[in-house]
Amino acid sequence: MKKKDFLKIAKKNFNSRLIVGTGKYKNMTECAKAIKISGAEMVTVAVRRVNIVDKKKPLLMDYIDPKKITYLPNTAGCFNSSEALRTLRLAREIGGWKLVKLEVLGDKKNLLPDMIETLKSTEVLTKEGFEVMVYCNDDPLMAKRLENVGAKAIMPLAAPIGSGLGIQNKLNIQIIRKQTKLPLIIDAGIGTASDASIAMEMGCDGVLINTAIAKAKKPYQMAEAMKYAVISGRKSYLSGRIKKNIIASPSSPIKGLI
Amino acid sequence: MKFKNKIKIKVNGKKVVFDKNESIEMLIKKLKIPLNKVAIELNKKILNKKKINEIKLNNDDNIEIVHFIGGG
Repeated sequence: MKKKDFLKIAKKNFNSRLIVGTGKYKNMTECAKAIKISGAEMVTVAVRRVNIVDKKKPLLMDYIDPKKITYLPNTAGCFNSSEALRTLRLAREIGGWKLVKLEVLGDKKNLLPDMIETLKSTEVLTKEGFEVMVYCNDDPLMAKRLENVGAKAIMPLAAPIGSGLGIQNKLNIQIIRKQTKLPLIIDAGIGTASDASIAMEMGCDGVLINTAIAKAKKPYQMAEAMKYAVISGRKSYLSGRIKKNIIASPSSPIKGLI
Repeated sequence: MKFKNKIKIKVNGKKVVFDKNESIEMLIKKLKIPLNKVAIELNKKILNKKKINEIKLNNDDNIEIVHFIGGG
């Protein structure tokens, strides 16, 4: 029998190659339903203060069961290494989360990653026993450095967070794909299903999507579209596409023409 | 001397008046926070949740209680 095509991250197997974010939804119910439809088995979550005044506020964990869906705590909103480390150490204390998404931003307008701080944090976190999936720029040299200090997955942006522009620098993504055996996940900038398919056709191991689903006019339908886009892109990649040719080749035989 | 047995602390950036000689565990219970869903920091030091019954609160302590929310 054919071996199952799992996405393997830090020795854990996932059937789905789609990771989704849990932010920007209208409410928790919508978020939980969209995740279910998307088939995602891993979701990113943020660490924030508990509201000590309004205790009726719904809790994420009541809607998305961390025993069924893998939580990937992130460091969104952190602009330096010490903030990111503090956030992830707290995340680990909530319930033992070691698999984390590191994201150290350097630019409030474009939300581009600060790679110096990101690299520093990856090294420290890895030494502390974290399994770090790293949001990064689409820079092959930096990707290599992250790998060298122990990153468990390389997650370059397709385009700025929430921009929906799709992969802007295909060449760099291709170079990163060629140089690394680590899981390569496109994080940020996916706008529509074809963007996700393109990433998968290029040999990426997965995509991480939040805004494109949460802010679509019909989030549930988009969640489903993304699910199939990732599956179809992956299958297309594994199938070995035909060579591009500027000369036509007839699909029906010439022999036997009347 | 009405507040003789009280201390002033900060919880998640908000000023809170709390009983003297009480533990952090009591604070969490009084705030009705589910302990299994949060992490606690006391003066920027992360606490081991199993030991919060042993830690007494002092005047001007700064407590942060965090949990997971939706995010990308």
